[in-house]
Amino acid sequence: MNKIASHLDFHAQALMLRSRRNEILASNIANAATPNFKARDLSFDDQMQKHASGTGPLKVTHSNHLDTEINVGRDRILFRDPINPSMDGNTVELAVEQMEFSENVTRYQTTLTFLNNRITGLMSAIRGE
Amino acid sequence: MSEIKNVFDISGRAMASQLVRLNTVASNLANAGTISGSKEEAYRSLKPVFATQFSNAIERNGVSTVDVVGIEAITRDPERVFMPNHPSADGDGYVYRAAVDENEEMIEMVEASRQYQNNVEVISTLRGLMMRTINMGK
Repeated sequence: MNKIASHLDFHAQALMLRSRRNEILASNIANAATPNFKARDLSFDDQMQKHASGTGPLKVTHSNHLDTEINVGRDRILFRDPINPSMDGNTVELAVEQMEFSENVTRYQTTLTFLNNRITGLMSAIRGE
Repeated sequence: MSEIKNVFDISGRAMASQLVRLNTVASNLANAGTISGSKEEAYRSLKPVFATQFSNAIERNGVSTVDVVGIEAITRDPERVFMPNHPSADGDGYVYRAAVDENEEMIEMVEASRQYQNNVEVISTLRGLMMRTINMGK
């Protein structure tokens, strides 16, 4: 990886994880009234650590190989432990999901700001200002 | 069933489902108190059936939305009322009042509109984030 890419890599990965988590939380909110739906979430810390330590899913070297991401992927998305389970088997608690969602959005914006600062720094280094 | 590509699919389809729910509530409330001559003809409250649609059925990667898979009438019996002077009364002088519980419908309406709002909120928040992301580095 070249130096510029590695300079931006950490925050770029964080941004992608945040955006993925946003989609999962949006799915939970979308399914707030669906019977038997189980709320999902991913552990941002675990995922980030996995990325930092380089222990991702196994690489495939041929297009006919089975995708190892599928098997690993299932374990990475966890189920939310409900505080007050409801009678219809739905584990979405709107208060919890909204809180997690707004936190995730704020952290996404924070990461975006960090990324922007890094890019601005690089740009001013390139321009020699 | 069409693919779930992004948050607009997730929340958009959830909003459509909640709208179907609101429509059934409207139909139920419109028919509340209507009177029929027989038990079979009497109006019964309609309820949508929600089902989760996963973006990837094998992987179950946590991305999913909700669709209405059917609309069903409840099995509760309509109320049998003795009204011998009513034009549609049966031979014994009874009429049947629609099986609609207004309180239940009102609660349903409030809940559906609240969840619709939640989905709108999600979309507008994430759309704002996307706009900021597009301008990254400027």
